Amino acid sequence: MQPFRKHTGIAVPLLRDDINTDQVAPIASMRQLKPDYKTMLFARARQRDDGSEDPDFVLNKPQFRNPGILVTGQNFGAGSSRESAVWSMLANNILVIVARSFADIYRENCLQNGLLPVTLAPVDAETFEARVIAANGAAPFTVDLEMQRISGPGGADIVFEIAAADRMRLLEGLDDIGLTLKHADEIKAWEARMAAAQPWLQTAREQRG
Amino acid sequence: MPRTLFDKIWDAHLVATRIDGRDLIYIDRHVLHELHAPHAFEQLEKQQRPVRRPDLTFSMQDHTVSTQPGRTDETNPDGAAFLRAMRAGSKRNGIRVFDLGDPQQGISHVVAPEIGMVLPGATHAVPDSHASTVGGLGALAFGCGTTELGHILATQVMALKRPKSMHIQLDGKLDAHVTSKDVALKIIAELGVAGGRGYVVEYAGPVIRAMPIEQRMTLCNLNIEMGGRSGFVAPDDTTFNWIKGRPWAPIGSQWDEALAQWRTLASAGDAEFDSEHVLDCSNLEPQITWGTDPGQVLGISGRVPDPAGASDQSQRAAMESALAYMDLKPGMELKGLPVNRVFIGSCTNSRLPDLAAAADVVRGRKVAQGVTAMVVPGSSTVKREAEALGLDQIFRDAGFFWGESGCSMCAGGNGDRGKPYERIVSTTNRNFENRQGPKTRTHLTSPATAAAAAVTGRITDVRQLLGGNA
Repeated sequence: MQPFRKHTGIAVPLLRDDINTDQVAPIASMRQLKPDYKTMLFARARQRDDGSEDPDFVLNKPQFRNPGILVTGQNFGAGSSRESAVWSMLANNILVIVARSFADIYRENCLQNGLLPVTLAPVDAETFEARVIAANGAAPFTVDLEMQRISGPGGADIVFEIAAADRMRLLEGLDDIGLTLKHADEIKAWEARMAAAQPWLQTAREQRG
Repeated sequence: MPRTLFDKIWDAHLVATRIDGRDLIYIDRHVLHELHAPHAFEQLEKQQRPVRRPDLTFSMQDHTVSTQPGRTDETNPDGAAFLRAMRAGSKRNGIRVFDLGDPQQGISHVVAPEIGMVLPGATHAVPDSHASTVGGLGALAFGCGTTELGHILATQVMALKRPKSMHIQLDGKLDAHVTSKDVALKIIAELGVAGGRGYVVEYAGPVIRAMPIEQRMTLCNLNIEMGGRSGFVAPDDTTFNWIKGRPWAPIGSQWDEALAQWRTLASAGDAEFDSEHVLDCSNLEPQITWGTDPGQVLGISGRVPDPAGASDQSQRAAMESALAYMDLKPGMELKGLPVNRVFIGSCTNSRLPDLAAAADVVRGRKVAQGVTAMVVPGSSTVKREAEALGLDQIFRDAGFFWGESGCSMCAGGNGDRGKPYERIVSTTNRNFENRQGPKTRTHLTSPATAAAAAVTGRITDVRQLLGGNA
């Protein structure tokens, strides 16, 4: 995984709650094993009924065509666990999402892919959202994970909190499987213990003749 | 410290705590599906990492499979590449595939419990948000993404932050034709679509104890629709009787040992939860969603709410948007609205008792003119059992399509979709915009309520249709 230290980009305001992964990555755009993740992002919202581009959708506006940071509401990424809802962000160079809150599985999928999920204290979130709206894509914001700061037009730096373990994982781009396999002996020992104590959990196959 | 059942299962599966503070939780049963697994196989092979326990890993073909009789890989042209990649990747890694034509093929969340693969107190992972369906048996299940799926393949553990615990007590007694689907929708309406975020939920109380296993699974299935990390019901004699004799269930002396262990699977009476709720289910009506998230719910006799009464600006905007999308007005009843399409199926409501409840409504009636109605059994086993009972004939005689098993119209990944602006009554789990087809208007209900809509052509109180006391 690519380490994440700092990212500078245009902050796009999509200030709604409960945006789900069906909206972020519609299943209809996943018809190939290797789909185009760039055009997948909000594929349906980007289009009008006749298939033409919807000029009112925020990512279609000229000033937001090269996004870097998505700014959104509560419970972002609800619904399906599909990871394409993260990959389609990365394909558009959106490496940071600042949300009021994240759905659990979506946040996990972000961490797995080096996408930084940021949740600000409510008062800071209001300030930041207002600054993003005011900036209107004219100047970028920078999110610095090492310093835990967001800087950009319209005011002083905003400090954000993130769990130390999540921060380290992103900063170092840690190989998640490698980290776990340091415990390979303990996994093996657990299996041996369970095979003795509850053997039915360590076998999975047809039992009757 | 008196422990909750969640604590007991978590602690029993805790292998180690990683340097980043995450707990490594052993996964007893890992079930994959073709929409996501091929990508994970490829990633793992690039890293030259083997699958650690192919004998505890199983592949289901469910998301993209056609529901047409005589189906092949190509019947849904968009699915063929996924089905083939799943088959090939599973073979390379020594993983059994529940493939097209397999007598046990079906939706992972339906198949894993019904063959006795998933057991009480076991941990279970699926790269799908509805993994916790098997919580109905007292198993602890987690949905995950594709990279996490690869992590489990390589290690057989999940690296998790310990979730908080929630207890939902369901008091009272359900009226006739009111099911766990109605209870679940009511809970989501009360707690909100993010009310369970960060929590593992234990469902308890007299309503649960009286509930058959299939309904417990429906309830746990919908746990994710309030954002819950997982959800389950502590097992009891109903559970043990349900499991006994299933093909993969323990037999002989191992059954006795397992049963003794399973009887310890309960929260201590004085265990503390991080959050507790009580819902009185007496007099609960059949529920139906009016909007575009599963928390926008009404009793069947209720009226569509007015955004003017919303608690904040964000909620008001969401309600206005939902009303426009669904073509509804504040204050109107849903009852009586004409319906274009009815879907009975999905991991939420496609088990045998679900189909039987719908068939009870349909028997001797016809699908209303202009309505397209389909039933898709959750597994090939359910399909055979339903056919043995003659349920398929009841549906076919009435004018329903009777399909081969799979996820079908729930997310439309197999091409089964509604047409733009159709009003759909569906037994599935998500009424999101465009989910069942572009511009489709989905109302989520129980199988009985969906069947009532099919035969009347309108949103209907099934209790009135059947001459009950409503």
